[in-house]
Amino acid sequence: MNTVTVTDRIEKTVHLHAPRSRVWRAITDARQFGSWFRVNLEGDFKAGATIRGRILEPGYEHLTMEMLVERIEPEHLFAYRWHPYDVDLKVDYSQEPMTLVEFTLQAQGDETVLTIVESGFDRIPLARRAEAFRMNEGGWTEQARRLERYVSQQS
Amino acid sequence: MSRSSRSVSSVRDAAPVFAALGDATRLSLVTRLCVDGPLSIARLSEGADVTRQAVTKHLNALADAGLARNRRSGRELIWELEPRRLAMARRYLDRISDQWDAALGRLAAFVEER
Repeated sequence: MNTVTVTDRIEKTVHLHAPRSRVWRAITDARQFGSWFRVNLEGDFKAGATIRGRILEPGYEHLTMEMLVERIEPEHLFAYRWHPYDVDLKVDYSQEPMTLVEFTLQAQGDETVLTIVESGFDRIPLARRAEAFRMNEGGWTEQARRLERYVSQQS
Repeated sequence: MSRSSRSVSSVRDAAPVFAALGDATRLSLVTRLCVDGPLSIARLSEGADVTRQAVTKHLNALADAGLARNRRSGRELIWELEPRRLAMARRYLDRISDQWDAALGRLAAFVEER
């Protein structure tokens, strides 16, 4: 796997030992998506539609995930917007900018090259990004809280 | 996906920053610079309960962690915070990047199993 990261985007490319049609279903069938992404989505993916589901990831089960489907181009592109890293239930993220996630598929023989790009991070408030510190485990929690206070003063 | 390498640990990246901030004096200096902007050592020492030498030492520690920098203005050294936006954004992305790695690992297992 190859990872490209600048401040505004995360890009990942992975070679999957499965045909493109198989990968496409795993990504765009909401139930299949949910099984590997660990979210219990209710409904189907449709361009322009919002779909929600309970997160099944251990430790995050209290969270609901919301995806605004942007584009579906069969076997090629699946794009949606969401609020990345929704962790603090006390914070209303709904007014914050969303990031755009794009899954792009390319057949390579009977294998598939999948590229994922999540972009738009530069518009996410800095204080929100400091959550990443707080979420880190170990002895850093208090320092992170201080840092978060500092960051929120700054913004 | 077992072939893939994990992203750099955000904890490890952040450690020097946290270590630098894990001291009450340094944290107050950071807060001061944050609120009041660039300041001379003389100004920063005002109201501090430590000596000017100690303030200088702490500022250097902050500089070592990439949190502050100084520039000369006449006879004085002016200290200011280092724009850390990039570093912070980077760590945030590392965390999300790790989550994608995990999700893609599960996707690979999911589609390759059958």
